[in-house]
Amino acid sequence: MSDGLGLFDLRTEPLSVDEVTAAVQHGGAGGTVVFLGSVRDESDGRAVSLLEYEAYPSMARSEMAAIGAELAREIPGVRLAAVHRVGKLEVGELAIVCAASAPHRGEAFRACRALIDRIKERVTIWKREHGPDGPYWVGWQDARCLGHDERDGHAHAHTHTPEEGPTHER
Amino acid sequence: MSAEVRLLAFAGARDVIGAGEVALPLDAPEPARAFLERVVRRFPALAPHRGSLRLAVNGAYAAWDDEVRPGDEVALIPPVAGG
Repeated sequence: MSDGLGLFDLRTEPLSVDEVTAAVQHGGAGGTVVFLGSVRDESDGRAVSLLEYEAYPSMARSEMAAIGAELAREIPGVRLAAVHRVGKLEVGELAIVCAASAPHRGEAFRACRALIDRIKERVTIWKREHGPDGPYWVGWQDARCLGHDERDGHAHAHTHTPEEGPTHER
Repeated sequence: MSAEVRLLAFAGARDVIGAGEVALPLDAPEPARAFLERVVRRFPALAPHRGSLRLAVNGAYAAWDDEVRPGDEVALIPPVAGG
């Protein structure tokens, strides 16, 4: 899905950094920043052997494109692109490639950072970690204690860190 | 217009419901908040997760007072975890 702002898509096959980078490059782009998110081998101390990504595809694409359009309004001169992988990924494989170009590097860094942050916040993609304790949808069980309606007295202590997805960004 | 809503469920919500898509009867428009309560009554195992679920109506996040109408496609959106 390209609307002049770049490329925003989902893929079942391995991602191409070159493809995403090329989507934002043009004569006026003096700086390009690329973010690569890959599958890490542990999450909160649990070993991870496999990650399964699932999407609500039509909404994930439109939400990524909406984020791209927002940032293009907020940061003049940027071009953005992001492609997210879905399906089963092994440790070390790329889950997402984000790219931002701008006339100067400052805007390119800022735009790329905002792009990945907003994708993690809003885009309708989920991941299931597979490790020694079996499969686990990231954020699903933890979120039970955020509910207003259950007071079952379960005594667990943990902190929520929605900012940092547990399996990326070493 | 059909008197039902196409309900999509993803990730943990789909596992709880046991299907990725179900048809729910809906005769008249109602706010998203009330619609979520309807879904939880139909699938009580979702109750502990109610506070973390968002709804999307026809492919866009809905505010709780936005209306869900017969014929809409409504998705249960658990906490997202892309990237």
